[in-house]
Amino acid sequence: MIDILTKNLPILVVLCPLITSLFVVLIANIFFSWILTTLSTFLTFLFSILLYQEIQIQSHISYALGKWMPPIGIEYIIDKVAIIPIIIISGISFFATIFAYKIMPEEIEKKSISKVYSLWLLAIAGLLGLVTTGDAFNLFVFLEISSLASVALVAMGAQKNKQALVAAYNYLIIGAVGATLYVIGVGLLYGITGTLNMEDLTNRISDLNNNKALIAGFGFMIIGIMVKAAVFPLHIWLPRAYAYAPSAVSVLLAATATKASLYILARILFSVFENSEDLINNTLLYVILPLSIIAMFAGTIMAIYEKDIKRLLAHSSVAQIGYITLAFAIGTKASIAAGFIHMFNHAIIKGGLFIAITSLGFFIQKRVTINNLSGLGRAMPITFFCFVICSLSLAGLPLTAGFISKLYLIKATISSDAIWIAILILISSALSVVYLWKMIEVMWMREGRKIVIKENPAIYISLIIITFFNIYFGLDASLVVNGSFEAAEKLIGDLK
Amino acid sequence: MITIENFILITILSPLIVSVLTPFISNSTILRDFLGPIGGVISSWGAFNIMNSALNNQNINLEIVKIAEGISIGFEITPLGAIFGLVASFLWIFAAIYSVGYMRGNKEKNQTRFYAFYAIAVHAALCIAYAGDLLTLFIFYEVLTFSTYPLVTHKQNEMAQKAGRLYMSILVGSSVILLLPAIVWVWVATGSLEMSQNGVLDGKIDVAYAPLLLAMFVFGIGKAALMPIHKWLPAAMVAPTPVSALLHAVAVVKAGVFTMLIILTNIFGIDFLAKTGASEWLIWLASITLLATSIIAIFKDDLKARLAYSTISQLSYITLGGALATSMATQGAALHIITHAAGKITLFFVAGALYVGAKITKISDLNGHGKSASLIFLTFFIGSLSIIGVPPMAGSWSKFFLMLGAADSGYVVVIGVFCVSTVLNAFYLMEIPARAFFFKKEREVSVKIPILILIPTLITSFLTILLFFCIEPFQNLTSMMVGKI
Repeated sequence: MIDILTKNLPILVVLCPLITSLFVVLIANIFFSWILTTLSTFLTFLFSILLYQEIQIQSHISYALGKWMPPIGIEYIIDKVAIIPIIIISGISFFATIFAYKIMPEEIEKKSISKVYSLWLLAIAGLLGLVTTGDAFNLFVFLEISSLASVALVAMGAQKNKQALVAAYNYLIIGAVGATLYVIGVGLLYGITGTLNMEDLTNRISDLNNNKALIAGFGFMIIGIMVKAAVFPLHIWLPRAYAYAPSAVSVLLAATATKASLYILARILFSVFENSEDLINNTLLYVILPLSIIAMFAGTIMAIYEKDIKRLLAHSSVAQIGYITLAFAIGTKASIAAGFIHMFNHAIIKGGLFIAITSLGFFIQKRVTINNLSGLGRAMPITFFCFVICSLSLAGLPLTAGFISKLYLIKATISSDAIWIAILILISSALSVVYLWKMIEVMWMREGRKIVIKENPAIYISLIIITFFNIYFGLDASLVVNGSFEAAEKLIGDLK
Repeated sequence: MITIENFILITILSPLIVSVLTPFISNSTILRDFLGPIGGVISSWGAFNIMNSALNNQNINLEIVKIAEGISIGFEITPLGAIFGLVASFLWIFAAIYSVGYMRGNKEKNQTRFYAFYAIAVHAALCIAYAGDLLTLFIFYEVLTFSTYPLVTHKQNEMAQKAGRLYMSILVGSSVILLLPAIVWVWVATGSLEMSQNGVLDGKIDVAYAPLLLAMFVFGIGKAALMPIHKWLPAAMVAPTPVSALLHAVAVVKAGVFTMLIILTNIFGIDFLAKTGASEWLIWLASITLLATSIIAIFKDDLKARLAYSTISQLSYITLGGALATSMATQGAALHIITHAAGKITLFFVAGALYVGAKITKISDLNGHGKSASLIFLTFFIGSLSIIGVPPMAGSWSKFFLMLGAADSGYVVVIGVFCVSTVLNAFYLMEIPARAFFFKKEREVSVKIPILILIPTLITSFLTILLFFCIEPFQNLTSMMVGKI
């Protein structure tokens, strides 16, 4: 029994939310649909932890779906790289689900709640499928599953604010364009290599160094994924989608959605196309590096001038994605590891911040803008405290998880003799203190209306746990750091 | 028998424990208010023992948290750290008593929060003093900045908000943009975050880059308040006076110059600096800051603002001493940390006492009050003499060593800078007792100084005299620091 479980873990991680999503939709009761969702995400999280332990022993698990052997059949690959996004996605989904219990009925009418949970699980399944699959076309399928489910989730925000429909529509169109570009790329590659299996692709590509179709295919794939990962300037769908989605959905999407695509980006750049060195180096140097630097500043500056807090955090996500892609662009082992470290840390930071902001919005019963935050620091000390900790973590200040990412990122850039990039990163992170401090200052300084708010444990429990992670991983980062270095080593070998 | 490792823990943890306990016992005002002084006594008991062990040249390394491979939070005892740790913890006792008198006398709001953050700031300062590597130093440097923000903005009004913004943007901005990459640069160049008594950079870094790296450190350490990043210190004076006294005359700014000295001696190494001349520009910058802020101080009528500019000028003595890169000057700089602390805290105590006692903040309003509050002006007089450097006050020692150091280094102009500055110091500090004792009273104000304010002020002014006679152990420590013993 245990043996069967262990053997099938790679597929169970995806199947568990996928199958429950079909059942949840049948349950009318809000509470039971929530319980089932929680149970399912908990099991998924458990499976990914088991998978993590398994990976420490085997380091590379290949799972042939339906016993059809790769490269013909669909292969699921779990290795030290894939396990990072798996843990992030399943973990955050679990905490976001706990958090959703109180928040969801506030924003969505009762009869559609179970549908939301069903879409919710579908999105999670799509994201997890995205990072486990080793097949380029299967990846497209999961890309669409997760995108369409998220679009529908964003559109659910329309019950509160009609703007959500526009946001969802934008997201749908841009997302569809991205997915199409990706699939065109896959088609071109299939045409010249005759395979869809990613490992097989890697081997077959090595003979075709200057093939025009290869370069075109690569370009399509990368741009398609960059749309999904919200790499500047292909991020325009993101701020609206996060801002108008139901709050719980914002938490889920902000912490997980782009992470999966960033992982795919790394996989394509450093693993699938590892044999086309010139192509990759040029892409990194002339496309990804400049875009990331612009993203760092554009996202931060947009955030400084933003009044709506959810949009503000979304703009800040664009900047943070910039850090991660910048780390990839430098392309050394240390920098790629730094990218993964930040991928993990950013998930817990943004998850925490969105939960905190949503809790504030839950109590003031208004759209959360800067001015509406007045005096909340005194009215809701626990939420405020957690918000401050997560903010400090986002700004990369010591004793928080964000500091660890920044430290390794800076170290990696300085080691590759690019001290000016290090300074740019730090200027942008110092600028991020500006918008964070703006919020903290309003909550701390300004007298609000005299409101007595009783903070509800059902809401702040997940906030406290995520805040705790922000501190814990700032003090004991060896798990994340070692994992990321192993991942980076696996991706680019000992070459660089 | 308590081991030295445990003494380190006792010293750094007692303020933290005070801070954590404060909110829980806020119902009992007496208990809450005297937790600080008690913590101070315990903490400085530990600091005394640490200093003893430093004098016996014991090498102590204490790793608290291992964050990841190659990075950890750890503590060790250095001679300079032992001095700074003792200064911060010992003066905390009196500042804590003084705070109680001040906060009660002024009927300030949110006292519990105030005491809690006050203790955290002391904790951070002590962690800086005993920091075992560059990363630990940086971590607590930032903790110190953030823990003092609620204190600076304690009044939570618009003025506090503005000051708070300036305070944070300069201190956080400089440290994140320049200090952090400088530290990582050293890390990459030497392969570790360790510090060593003779510096770690010799042969590890291109000599041509040394001035650039030094500049990143110097402008990254905003707390040392060199021009042009000194503006935060006058801005921080909006805080209640106990904060200005302990934190912005002792803990925070001394943490800045302490970091500066540690960087100059234990990262660059004075031999390396002397050999390469990497710090020459710093000598001029520090001299300019020293003189310019002394001149600005003369024109400040607000007592706390004048003291703030005087502090900036005195901090530059310390940076200058380090930049001169001779063993005498470095010793003088290290001694100045302790002698200036005792003197300046007394002056700030007096400024706060006058505010509580008579709501006086302007120097021009002091005329003729010397008779009604003679004791408090006497302490100011003694403190001022120490800052100016008149024997038998503590300040004379550090100035003496700094002058010798300047002569050693061959920068004769610097001796001139010290002399001019001494004259300026005397000019702007002596105005205060002079007005109080010799000018005619313009209006009748009764000055009532609470006993809890008077006693700590008397003690710290007495300390400036005592230190003159007991400078020996400190001088031994500074000689150890420059490797003479």
